[in-house]
Amino acid sequence: MAQAATAETHVEGQQHPIMLYLVVWGLLFVLSTCSYLVDYFSLQGYLRWSLILAFMILKAGLIVAVFMHMAWERLALIYAILLPPVLVLLFVGIMVLESDYTFFTRVLFFGADPSHFYSPAK
Amino acid sequence: MGEAITRPSGWRGIAADLSSDQRAFKNVSWGKGMMWIFLLSDTFIFSCFLLSYMTVRMSTTVPWPNPSEVFALTIGGTKVPLILIAIMTFILISSSGTMAMAVNYGYRRDRVKAAALMLLTAAFGATFVGMQAFEWTKLIMEGVRPWGNPWGADQFGSTFFMITGFHGTHVTIGVIFLIIIARKVWRGDFDSERRGFFTSRKGNYEIVEITGLYWHFVDLVWVFIFAFFYLW
Repeated sequence: MAQAATAETHVEGQQHPIMLYLVVWGLLFVLSTCSYLVDYFSLQGYLRWSLILAFMILKAGLIVAVFMHMAWERLALIYAILLPPVLVLLFVGIMVLESDYTFFTRVLFFGADPSHFYSPAK
Repeated sequence: MGEAITRPSGWRGIAADLSSDQRAFKNVSWGKGMMWIFLLSDTFIFSCFLLSYMTVRMSTTVPWPNPSEVFALTIGGTKVPLILIAIMTFILISSSGTMAMAVNYGYRRDRVKAAALMLLTAAFGATFVGMQAFEWTKLIMEGVRPWGNPWGADQFGSTFFMITGFHGTHVTIGVIFLIIIARKVWRGDFDSERRGFFTSRKGNYEIVEITGLYWHFVDLVWVFIFAFFYLW
């Protein structure tokens, strides 16, 4: 009876084939190599940023979905955990506006020629 | 626990789960649920760190030091950009792989393999922290301080030490956590239902998965730090 109870409890556990983990592990290695190569070949500008973001999102997605088993959880948990961090993007937007403003006032009040300054677009 | 009930899926499933009796997160034990909620709060902490880094980097009028050069190592006479960070990334990913397999062997009640893989994960983690200590030492010797550095914007040092320091602390705590749980698994605590020293409650192999969640999260945070701090 006790044996049956423990067996039942373990129905809740996440059981997946080892092969799946090895494939994801391999993919993470490939993606990390790719993002390292972005720097190694010193790609610049929008190509660099979009590649960095793409590899980052793919890696994060694989880790959360497979290694953390989120892909097999019920939607109620997925949304409770994954939706709140999306709001951080709003915060990013606010801080981008704020930092542009700070940059602008620094240029204005320190009175230097802004073309000498670092700008990510260059 | 282990109900054979078929639950509704999709939006109907969310509504049914959240409005149900006793527990909102079906198929998830309280331990796992609380770890997820803790990780959510930790996500906000790291988000705030990375956001403050973004803000100081965007608003400074002084050029930002080039991380590709700052973190380069000279190996055999040639300067390889960012190589130490790349190796650290691969080590952390490998530790995530061994952790995922430890969880699997835990649920199969193969306690020796599960404990061995957890200890291997902890060893990878300790290696990572060691390399981070090396990196910090190198940068401090080169004159990087939270208030300045030889190459550009002063904010570089403060954000670097804060973000990587906090992440390194998480890895260290993870290593300790892994060793404690690996010892319990090795001893067979979850087969003999031995009571925990702190909670006096019986545990089960799910704790391996919960430890795994924390460990994968540490790896996850590194993915973002690697992209935003080292590659950007």
